[in-house]
Amino acid sequence: MPYIYHTDEERREMLDAIGLESEDQLFTQIPEAFRLTEPLAIGTGLSEYETVQHFQEIASRNNPAGGMTSFLGGGIYDHIVPSVIKHLAGRSEFYTAYTPYQAEVSQGTLQVIFEYQSLISRLTGLPVANASMYDGATAFAEAALMAAKVTRRSRIVHSTNINPRFVGVLKTYATAQDLQLIAIPHSDSGDIDRDSLLAELGDEVAAVLVQTPNYFGVLEAPWKIREAITNVGALLVVAVDPCSLSIFRSPGDYGADIAVGEGQILGNDMSFGGPLLGFMACKQKFVRSLPGRLVSETTDVDGKRAFTLTLQTREQHIRREKATSNICTNQGLLALKSTVYMALLGETGFHELGKICHARAHELASMIEASPGYSLRFDGPYFREFVVRCPVDATTVISEARKVGILAGIPLSKFYGSNAKNDLLVAVTEKRTTQDFEAFGSVLKNVS
Amino acid sequence: MSKKGRRGYRFAGEPAAAPTSVSDEYLRRDRPGLPHVSEPGVVRHFIELSILNHHIDKNLYPLGSCTMKYNPKVNEDVAAMLGFSGLHPEQSDADTQGALEVIHALEEKLCAIAGMDAFSLSTAAGAHGELVGMLIAKKYFADRGENRHKVLVPDSAHGTNPASAHMVGYTNHSIPSGENGEVDLDVLRETIDEDTAVLMLTVPNTLGIFESQIGEILKIAHDHGVLCYMDGANLNALLGRARPGDFGFDIMHINLHKTFSTPHGGGGPGSGPVGVKKELAKYLPGPRVRKDGGEFHLDRKNPNSIGFIHSYFGNFGIYLRALTYITRHGAEGLKRISATANLNANYLANALGDLYPIPYGKRCMHEFVASGEQYRKYGVKTLDIAKRLLDFGYHAPTIYFPLIVSEALMIEPTETESKETLDRFIDVMKQIAKEAAENPELLRSAPHETPVRRLDEVTANRKPILTAPLQE
Repeated sequence: MPYIYHTDEERREMLDAIGLESEDQLFTQIPEAFRLTEPLAIGTGLSEYETVQHFQEIASRNNPAGGMTSFLGGGIYDHIVPSVIKHLAGRSEFYTAYTPYQAEVSQGTLQVIFEYQSLISRLTGLPVANASMYDGATAFAEAALMAAKVTRRSRIVHSTNINPRFVGVLKTYATAQDLQLIAIPHSDSGDIDRDSLLAELGDEVAAVLVQTPNYFGVLEAPWKIREAITNVGALLVVAVDPCSLSIFRSPGDYGADIAVGEGQILGNDMSFGGPLLGFMACKQKFVRSLPGRLVSETTDVDGKRAFTLTLQTREQHIRREKATSNICTNQGLLALKSTVYMALLGETGFHELGKICHARAHELASMIEASPGYSLRFDGPYFREFVVRCPVDATTVISEARKVGILAGIPLSKFYGSNAKNDLLVAVTEKRTTQDFEAFGSVLKNVS
Repeated sequence: MSKKGRRGYRFAGEPAAAPTSVSDEYLRRDRPGLPHVSEPGVVRHFIELSILNHHIDKNLYPLGSCTMKYNPKVNEDVAAMLGFSGLHPEQSDADTQGALEVIHALEEKLCAIAGMDAFSLSTAAGAHGELVGMLIAKKYFADRGENRHKVLVPDSAHGTNPASAHMVGYTNHSIPSGENGEVDLDVLRETIDEDTAVLMLTVPNTLGIFESQIGEILKIAHDHGVLCYMDGANLNALLGRARPGDFGFDIMHINLHKTFSTPHGGGGPGSGPVGVKKELAKYLPGPRVRKDGGEFHLDRKNPNSIGFIHSYFGNFGIYLRALTYITRHGAEGLKRISATANLNANYLANALGDLYPIPYGKRCMHEFVASGEQYRKYGVKTLDIAKRLLDFGYHAPTIYFPLIVSEALMIEPTETESKETLDRFIDVMKQIAKEAAENPELLRSAPHETPVRRLDEVTANRKPILTAPLQE
């Protein structure tokens, strides 16, 4: 049997030691009526080689974006993952360790989390970040719950231009706690309609949730709504793309109370959208309301610098039903990969990455705008993703592009109905070259 | 290590220009403050950190209820195949047939293993699965026009159980365990009523004991119209031997990062699929994978679903590893896992029970809970015993849990430990017992041989330092 040591003789010795005749007697606590007599209907085991072949065959029935010219985004992006990351994250010391409950033999994991918290804090411009959440969507939803708890209010105002995948999860979590969601439309420029927002602000509002860049790729200007939100005592929760923070203002800079987002782009595979990395940062005064784990620097009895889990009285294993959240296992290994990624690219590389994505996206957008019949849907500023209004149904463009190995983007009709049927969401990363843009351009020329 | 001018990674091509099309008010004025390091510098830093960790590839990790078993390497190879790792979640069904097949196949296998009718893989961890279970219950009762709000949870349960119940607005009612460590039927009958929505049980429970009255317990609950939820954290004990669905559970979750050996990653990612009986299948979170002839497609329109619980399909890369693991083992292999896990636990319990009494008896399933109570007389706490274990190159068991055993040491060896390892561990535990009597200070000041010694957690709690100061 794979992965088991015991020889038949050892099994016999062990059974003798505990005074049992057979292994079946290890299960006599189970009432006989419930003991299985037939084998499970899952087939017989395969050898390692057969297993690999089996999964290679299944994998061959996928056509991964990572092997094509992909302009798919919408929250998950086809960025370069430097070699170093998989080699370090592939170290047994990291990936086969448990949650660092015994700090003395978990300093590696603990320091990594501390460094991760530090780097997320710097990117977001907020003083505190937790050790990670399941994904951007659950981080977003938990931020809404946290805001409701902090303010003891139940109305959550969000814009319709937030990633629909985030909003889907927000709805589920909000229903669980009987929070009311109020959706604010977007303006013609693609950002939140500020007049509609101001009209909804009142003293029952727990939080205003915005995303920048939003789902349309358009940058929001949260500093323009900050004061109005503060005046009604609500919190400003911002979902951000960490890549954009290399060149655009940080949530801390414009007074956001909580920042969340999806950290997949920080050195993690797309992997069909999971595992992902939710991050969460907040102002110092909310630290005791944060869900999830936190690591603090401290010292040991010899005065040596060390790290430990802290403020655990917020957590379920201590506080049970009074915990700030039920979260336990999070996304530790992805937090590690992201820490390595941020360290490796460093200040200069990360800034460079932001500039490249921005410049290439604008290069492609100009080219598309020059194609007869195509235009940009919104005139607001954008980072590395934008909405193209096509002369035909966006799904026609997508299927024509697919024929030449190009994934053109996400049709907005998927979420915004038939009014958006000609709208295509296009994302550009540092992987895409001018040559890719020309190939894309040729497709557009033929579909008009 | 950080020095301006050092670079760890360079992108192809000429440096890109700073944005000019965007108004200044959008631009970041400060620099985020990431380090300036070289690639070898990064590698050395993280390797230095890595060697400070205990991990399952190094030695025994007997953390009760965590099922720290060996993580097969081939699982990592499968998850890394470009055909899986390179998939974007918004790709078409036509381009992702293999991935949809993985989801469909694993759901079917988990149904067969657990005796449930339908599974959803969307939940990213066990607690996430519990939350979905509670949401399903809430919707089910709402549809029936019933306004139930109580959740019954034994006092031996994981902390996530009451926390998850609380997240959907349910009130938690703890039911005390009976003298044998099992649910006390009389107490259950007294506590359960028409306001009770869910009975949450862990089977085997956190004492490593199978609820011998399970059929009767679930019958009492069902007679009151209550849904029965099983926390599947301890499923390793039952693989191929008995199925929660056959006991009568309506909803359950499985921790793939425990029973099906996906790596813990220093605290995740996990995966906590939720299984239900037929009549609850319509409530499962979306999207669902449907099979039509030989083709798979995603169904996002499930009007009765509790909604979405993850951005996409949950931790695909993780449950792909679990499917690999199940494929390797087959029915016979899974049976060997539970037999060996239970054999190892009983072997340890039998050898340690005299020095570390097991209040609820030496016979157990996959784990047992011993007590360090008798060393209190030397001024030694369970914490000290745990810390001393670290000096011998083992991770400590789970301590002070479950709450119903004083000075608890919860030990789960798993099936992937050898008899030699278990024998050595027994010897060490005996030595520690001796030290407790002869030289208690040695334990109170332990560990001595670890990268750092006992930490000042009080200051860390009072004045936490959660980020490193920016250095220029």
